[in-house]
Amino acid sequence: MKLGDLTIESAHRGLMKKEFSAVELAKFCLEKIKKENKEINDFLEITEKLALEQAKKVDNKISQREKIGPIGGIPIAIKDNILVEDYKATAGSKILENYKAPYDATVVKRLKDAGAIIIGKTNLDEFAMGSSTENSAFGVVKNPLDKTRVPGGSSGGSAAAVAAGHCLGALGSDTGGSVRQPASFCGIVGFKPSYGMVSRYGLIAMASSLDQIGTFGKNVEDAKLIFDMIKGKDEMDATTVDLNSKSETSQKIKTLKIGVPKEYFAQGINPEVKEKIEKAIGTFSNINAEIKEISLPHTEYSLAVYYIIMPAEVSANLARFDGIKYGFAAKDKNLLEHYLKTREKGFGDEPTRRIMLGTYALSAGYRDAYYNKAQQVRALIKKELDDAFREVDIILTPTAPTPAFKIGEKKDPLSMYLSDIYTTPASLAGLPAISMPCGEAGKLPVGLQIIGPQFYDDFVFDVAQIFWQLSK
Amino acid sequence: MISKEIIEHIAKLARIELTEKEKERFSNELSAILDYVDKLNQIDTSEIKGISQVTGLENVVRKDEIRSTSRSDRDEIRNKILNEAPEKKDNYFKVPKILE
Repeated sequence: MKLGDLTIESAHRGLMKKEFSAVELAKFCLEKIKKENKEINDFLEITEKLALEQAKKVDNKISQREKIGPIGGIPIAIKDNILVEDYKATAGSKILENYKAPYDATVVKRLKDAGAIIIGKTNLDEFAMGSSTENSAFGVVKNPLDKTRVPGGSSGGSAAAVAAGHCLGALGSDTGGSVRQPASFCGIVGFKPSYGMVSRYGLIAMASSLDQIGTFGKNVEDAKLIFDMIKGKDEMDATTVDLNSKSETSQKIKTLKIGVPKEYFAQGINPEVKEKIEKAIGTFSNINAEIKEISLPHTEYSLAVYYIIMPAEVSANLARFDGIKYGFAAKDKNLLEHYLKTREKGFGDEPTRRIMLGTYALSAGYRDAYYNKAQQVRALIKKELDDAFREVDIILTPTAPTPAFKIGEKKDPLSMYLSDIYTTPASLAGLPAISMPCGEAGKLPVGLQIIGPQFYDDFVFDVAQIFWQLSK
Repeated sequence: MISKEIIEHIAKLARIELTEKEKERFSNELSAILDYVDKLNQIDTSEIKGISQVTGLENVVRKDEIRSTSRSDRDEIRNKILNEAPEKKDNYFKVPKILE
């Protein structure tokens, strides 16, 4: 069994059958990362000591015939805006370049308890702001499938790591598409839970009403296995829901009603992407699903709503980076100068841009026109999607309007923002959504997005698994 | 068009110093973005109540109790936190003077 071809599921079987040890599997990944990281730049830190310690513990358990659970011994990469105790958490920013996490994020703790092997911290757009991972203060990440192209963002490092076989799964964060879009660009599966399903404790906050930690896997099953380990109410995050992720019974699958929103196929979509998505949707007729065109008229406003609400929340969340408690400090004797210089030197262009946007949108005289208006339209967008789920069971769309673009291609901020057009609505409405590969445009992967009703995360995985089987 | 004065005002509110070149660039970029988001004014929202969250949860609380059981645990955590401070003295974060 080639270690490089393993999925989480096949690795688990291999470990149980003692075909290889957890230490061997960890070392295989560590060696591969060390060999290729210089070129791909997906890892900011390799947590070798932690990984080998954990792997030894798992091997001990196996030798004592103890149960190790489905992700025991499995190397998982963690986006560098999620805290792993005693290791650096930079959020891809100079302002946190040397910040060492004093505690584990809840999701990291749950992964550790489940015996997973934390293999390293992955590169990202600075403070998770971006759609290409070109905004990292520590260099761009290359798409392993075509190294002249971006892996997507902001969780580009995590997506690239899974696609390159540097690990068997990864955690990312998705605020407006930052797990789904890189998954689609790198040809892997990326899942964003319903808002509230996964704890944000220990995730460096970007936009608190939108952020969710998501999972990456080589296939649907793997992405779900990791989600199962990290999901659930957490006392330390008051926004988590005390619910089990829902699915419909198999009965629903027999009469599946699929909604295809016409607004997602209007202008701006690459014609090859459109063709592959339509073909993918068509395969569902093999299980006698009803495919129904629906209309979500407020779709065209989601990006505008997102680019007011998100920067507004960003401006509040990034106020804590003041060079007093942690991080880079300009150390001026005058308090105002200290703040001004610390933040000027510490933040890159994109965080600065978004903080400025958000500050403006919330400032006296503009708050009603921008922020309050956006909140009202957000209510409309959510209602529209929630209502659509009374007519259909699941919604299928493209994940991104194009496949992976070239590094350096999108110089203008607004054109970069437009690549989030299909992913922001599910974020604004707090719905579960997954991206999975459904063919190629040229030689580049195309991602199909599956959006489910609020809290029906398991159902989204079920439908995704059906597509996975159908498209084999 | 967002003027340089507004950019300077916003930058001061956000406590970020900008170079002259940055002020000009942000003025252009922010104006373009704000033009884009202006399309929201096409929608009549007079009857709509805005939402600031999507789960409907309210007043979620937990007991305010110390979790670490031992003194040495608490010391360890405190030290980890204080070690990140750019300036510290004893168990305090040191800050620039704020009172004259």
